[in-house]
Amino acid sequence: MAVMTMAKALNEALRRSMEDDAKVIVMGEDVGTLGGVFRVTDGLQKDFGEDRVMDTPLAESGIVGTAIGLAMRGYRPVCEIQFDGFVYPAYDQIVSQLAKMHARSKGAVPMPITIRIPFGGGIGAVEHHSESPEAYFAHTAGLKVVACSNPADAWSMMQQAVHSDDPVVFFEPKRRYWEKAEVDTSAAPQSLWKARIARPGTDATLIAYGPMVRTCLDAATAAEEDGRDLEVVDLRSLSPLDLSTVVESVRRTRRAVVVHEAPSFVGLGAELAARLSEELYYEMEAPVLRVTGFDTPYPPSRLEEDYLPDLDRVLHAVDRSLAFA
Amino acid sequence: MLEATALTEPPPARAERGEEEPVQLLTPEGERVSHPDYDVCLSDEEYRSLYRDLVLVRRIDVEATALQRQGELGIWAALLGQEAAQVGSGRALREKDFAFPTYREHGVAWCKGVDPLKLLGLFRGSSNGGWDPQEKRFQLYTIVIGSQTLHATGYAMGVQKDGAVGPQADGTDGEAVIAYFGDGASSQGDVNEAFVWASVYNAPVVFFCQNNQWGISTPTDHQSRIPLYRRAQGFGFPGVRVDGNDVLASYAVTRTALDDARHGQGPTLVEAYTYRMGAHTTSDDPTRYRLASDLEAWKLKDPLERMKSFLYKQQLVDADFFEQLRADADALAARIRTGCLEMSDPEPASMFSHVYAETTPLLREQQASFEAYLAGFSGPGSAAEGAVR
Repeated sequence: MAVMTMAKALNEALRRSMEDDAKVIVMGEDVGTLGGVFRVTDGLQKDFGEDRVMDTPLAESGIVGTAIGLAMRGYRPVCEIQFDGFVYPAYDQIVSQLAKMHARSKGAVPMPITIRIPFGGGIGAVEHHSESPEAYFAHTAGLKVVACSNPADAWSMMQQAVHSDDPVVFFEPKRRYWEKAEVDTSAAPQSLWKARIARPGTDATLIAYGPMVRTCLDAATAAEEDGRDLEVVDLRSLSPLDLSTVVESVRRTRRAVVVHEAPSFVGLGAELAARLSEELYYEMEAPVLRVTGFDTPYPPSRLEEDYLPDLDRVLHAVDRSLAFA
Repeated sequence: MLEATALTEPPPARAERGEEEPVQLLTPEGERVSHPDYDVCLSDEEYRSLYRDLVLVRRIDVEATALQRQGELGIWAALLGQEAAQVGSGRALREKDFAFPTYREHGVAWCKGVDPLKLLGLFRGSSNGGWDPQEKRFQLYTIVIGSQTLHATGYAMGVQKDGAVGPQADGTDGEAVIAYFGDGASSQGDVNEAFVWASVYNAPVVFFCQNNQWGISTPTDHQSRIPLYRRAQGFGFPGVRVDGNDVLASYAVTRTALDDARHGQGPTLVEAYTYRMGAHTTSDDPTRYRLASDLEAWKLKDPLERMKSFLYKQQLVDADFFEQLRADADALAARIRTGCLEMSDPEPASMFSHVYAETTPLLREQQASFEAYLAGFSGPGSAAEGAVR
């Protein structure tokens, strides 16, 4: 057991992956000498060389497009997109090329590529640095999409993402990079695609991922004072969704609130609400509620505390859910 | 020191010449001409087989166009007029060299041993791919314009990482990669990013641009104000314009560029100056945007005719050769026609296969539900509705 930040846990996971498989390469803007703007790749170029940790030219489509070619040659690239709002120049390569290659080649051309994206708000950043674009990718067949919420998961999930023969878009909650927790680097990794009961409870289920898991856990702690026992499910994987864990939880609590930073419209919350209503139509006591960012462009950072779901907004939704009798 | 420089710097004769006259080894009349930088010295049989490929490739194209007109293909993108650029460059590829095509590279596909029926399958709607790219060293057709140039560059970077550039332990001298694209694609960000990457990493890739003068209805002067091959200079690697209707020059220029790449001298941009004699695709109507007189002028530069004249003038062929070739082309066309008509549609549930290397619960569930739904239609009195979730 070691106490480390999420950034360090991701760094250690990348290091372990590179040690385990010589075909794993890291590529992106400023990932080499600088170690990435969030230092997630710190020290990797020093230890693995410029051939395996490449500071690329500044063009996101080029990063993903050449990674596709490298994968065709048998490499296992891990691409860093510097910020969420910068992924769109690469969107065409991700959606039109990366996502479809395995299917159109009938499996002859696997795409074992991990695309790391620091995402979400809460750090007072300028425009285009605080977005939550996960639904765009979750909507795309052929991609797998995950988001880690804590150092231990970051350590485990990153290694599995790199090991996956499918393309994985890996969202890292940037405002949680510096939160520390114990990481057991000797533990066997759990399935990447399995959701986690982050906190057991009985009265309602909060469903979250990435940065909002901490928010939901805090909300659940606060709710104890009111005698409410909330369960928190950390999805981990957004595509595929581990629906069985979610359904099992909501079947017990009979109430669900989905929490994410991304806007509500056609987001992960909408998908979860639809699936839960299909599975538990007669068992739920309340409709699935959503606590999300608003359907506006991400606001100037002085307003982000109003935009982002927080403890109070989560508890307000819980109140609304419990009001259905 | 001198030697080290020679490895990284492009040969000045080709790089610094500002000329716009394309490299030509065969005039439109079939006269063999010389060029200071490029030459070919082929056996009689090789000359004949180049012509043979031109004829067979055009025949594939004609047959496919006819099949589209008869409703057997959804669409076809004809290569008519570009046979020499494709066969010349395609025949310059060694077995291990990897090609990244657009959707019009039927001639290169032929040179790489891809069954034309696989191409038809794509345009018929039977498949989104059709062959194993690794086996053929020929990536699947890419339809989004220019995307494949980045894949080619990345692949070439992998060749480099594998140490497969320059002299090899087995006595060979390395692998090269070729990316095909067109004049329209030259405006795409991805193509320009590929140039940056290839240049910065000195990747063993040849950018082979068939400037066929038209991006659907848009002429090349809407894409660039300088000759396309000169774009390379700004990116830091040599560019050369070749007469794309001259199969010998296309072969010679591509072979040199590939050799430069495989020997560690980095990328080259080859602009094959040619003409799309047909429509963009069978859905297009070029009479709306170009003059018939242009087409007539280019017909005089037909890539097949000039090679035929050359063979005649060199006395490399006789009547039997042409008779045999005609019979072979007929047989190929018949095989394509029969094969196309006999091509079965894919199984409906196959759309769920291969979406992922490791499939997902959602897909398993959807497939099971869909199959149950389909099964509801089989057999008398079946209740399809009951099978749907």
